[in-house]
Amino acid sequence: MKKLLTLSLLVAGLATTALAQTTLLNVSYDPTRELWRELNAAFIAKYEKEKGQKLDIKQSHGGSSTQARAVIDGLEADVLTLASIIDNAAIEKAGLLKPGWVDRLPNRSLPYTSTLVFVVRKGNPKGIKDWPDLVKDGMQVITPNPKTSGNGYLSFFSAWGSIVLRGGSRQDAIDYVTKLYRNVPVLDTGARAATTTFAQKGIGDVHITWENEAHLEVREAKGELEIVTPPISILAEPHVTVVDGNVDRRGTRAVAEEYLKFAYTDAAQEIIVKHFYRPTNEAILKKYTGKVFADLRRFAITEIAKGFPEAHKEFIAEGGVFDTIYKPRK
Amino acid sequence: MSTDVLPPPPTTALSAAPGSAVRRVRQDPAWVRRTLIGLAGLVLGLLVVVPVAHVFYVALQDGLGGYWKHLTADPDTRHSILLTLTVVPIALGANIAFGLAAAWAIARFRFPGRAILTAFIDLPFSVSPVVAGLMFVLIFGLQGYLGPFLRRDGYALMPYAIAALALFVATIVYLLLRPASPRFRTGLWRYPGLTFVVGGAALFFGLVWLQQALEIWPRGQSLKIIFALPGLVLATAFVTFPFVARELIPVMEAIGPDEELAAISLGASGWQMFRQVTLPNIKWGLAYGIILCNARAMGEFGAVYVVSGHIAGQTDTMPLRIEKLFQEYNLPGSFAVASVLTLLAIFTLIAKTKLERQLPVAGRTGEGDGSTNQRS
Repeated sequence: MKKLLTLSLLVAGLATTALAQTTLLNVSYDPTRELWRELNAAFIAKYEKEKGQKLDIKQSHGGSSTQARAVIDGLEADVLTLASIIDNAAIEKAGLLKPGWVDRLPNRSLPYTSTLVFVVRKGNPKGIKDWPDLVKDGMQVITPNPKTSGNGYLSFFSAWGSIVLRGGSRQDAIDYVTKLYRNVPVLDTGARAATTTFAQKGIGDVHITWENEAHLEVREAKGELEIVTPPISILAEPHVTVVDGNVDRRGTRAVAEEYLKFAYTDAAQEIIVKHFYRPTNEAILKKYTGKVFADLRRFAITEIAKGFPEAHKEFIAEGGVFDTIYKPRK
Repeated sequence: MSTDVLPPPPTTALSAAPGSAVRRVRQDPAWVRRTLIGLAGLVLGLLVVVPVAHVFYVALQDGLGGYWKHLTADPDTRHSILLTLTVVPIALGANIAFGLAAAWAIARFRFPGRAILTAFIDLPFSVSPVVAGLMFVLIFGLQGYLGPFLRRDGYALMPYAIAALALFVATIVYLLLRPASPRFRTGLWRYPGLTFVVGGAALFFGLVWLQQALEIWPRGQSLKIIFALPGLVLATAFVTFPFVARELIPVMEAIGPDEELAAISLGASGWQMFRQVTLPNIKWGLAYGIILCNARAMGEFGAVYVVSGHIAGQTDTMPLRIEKLFQEYNLPGSFAVASVLTLLAIFTLIAKTKLERQLPVAGRTGEGDGSTNQRS
């Protein structure tokens, strides 16, 4: 009992000392762990040199929507670097982000972007080059469930855009995605689960996945897999922002903003390339296009819908296009 | 659990006398027995032995040095081990105290609501751990009942929390130390109600004064429960709550109240009775409950997953860390941490088997055992 008493005092004490030094919490989604770890180390060193102040940056990673939910429930994120604007919109609705946050940082708050590519087996035995190849008879496609995964719905949007933006009609697109999802043997719930299905369990001929994840997957497979970049795919936009509701209360706004601005510097953009995200600095992107990144047309979500939330509502949400075309296999 | 799967050994030795014809009727042919045992062995091997061996195989892939490095080199992994070693003892301590009190009340007294209390003790077994975690989010989360207040001025709660805790402790101390015979109850012992009211009020106002005048708890600052250490402790304690009480109730009921009644009639105080009569009787059952509770607490994933917030190096416990390392494609690292938990499980199994022989209730199989092993 005495222990409990001392403990409660201890907890109180810990909480107070934690406030004495500056700490930031970056709440992000799963695949960015290694990227932000390196960016954090670089920023902490820079900040200490310039300001002479010690800084501690904590990272929290998980499924993007799960993370958003935690922030809404009180996880004290100073900085959000989630996968999709849909999650940020939910946090904005809870009153933690001020409207218009998306225009506060350069490039619509995007220090990096990404896209979806294909991963195929060694030597590309099925000769997969472009989206139409995926609906051939007997092709097995691995991609996560659009209902539960960011990778999942981006796969759907990409497939859709690959038809309607190259002259196809809406009906063509519906026919295409119907055939595509008929070729999906399992819909995993998340991106990493789909990777495990494809790379470790060896199921499927092609895996539609994040470009940065594809590079990791191929590196882990040690020559058993390779990347195929289709001529057209979606522009994935993982926005970054400072969480107004938390930084103002904790008094960390200045350092949090500086932290995010750091992600736009040349040094940070080079780190971003190292982790296979596409930097938004045009010059640096150009330098690596053809070497690290294959050239392709990345279409914005606005070309097929009003925005991500609207696209999600039209295609993925209850009663959307996906519900009408997808029937689970028996 | 392993022994449950194997069929009971044939009882041929005893029935040898009536001759081979009877034996043949009473016994399945040899090939049936061998096939069944073989199948059981195969299933056991595939489901238990191979996976456990594989954990150690992958963990030790880089040699013993590599294994040690995986456990200690990464600060986040190191912190997760420390965090588990912080959370589990606190949860365990609370569960021992509450488990003892609950078992004592249920085994020794008949009172209205006893059946309901027994059912409530089992509740954490029947509630999915994820739901348990979500309950805490609903109570302490920013969208929940207490969240907004805790966020605004959480430390204002401290005088109330400490006073309530102190009252609870004082009640137990009072019951334990009160002289058994009214003749020896002199001084303040004669006025327990008055002492509690005056002492409680003095303590409470003292604490409020400490807060208001000396500001030992910061004002206008948030007190973190979920996504911090207290939440992890709460979730772990909730999920592992039944173990100690569940183990103690049957033991206490089997022993019966006679020895304790004798002690009291001989003039023992509550503490003397507990220390010299009750505790020696229940010590094996208690040890058994503590070991199971500990194993389950260390391995707890679901409830902790929901309330942790996944802050690396801050709120990631060992099981959460294992998942993260696994997702980072760091298989040896993930399996190294997993092997620590597996070792704990093996140790628990051995200790459990040894302790079962010491229990006074012979041949007993606790109701909680099956689910324990599946979950932890």
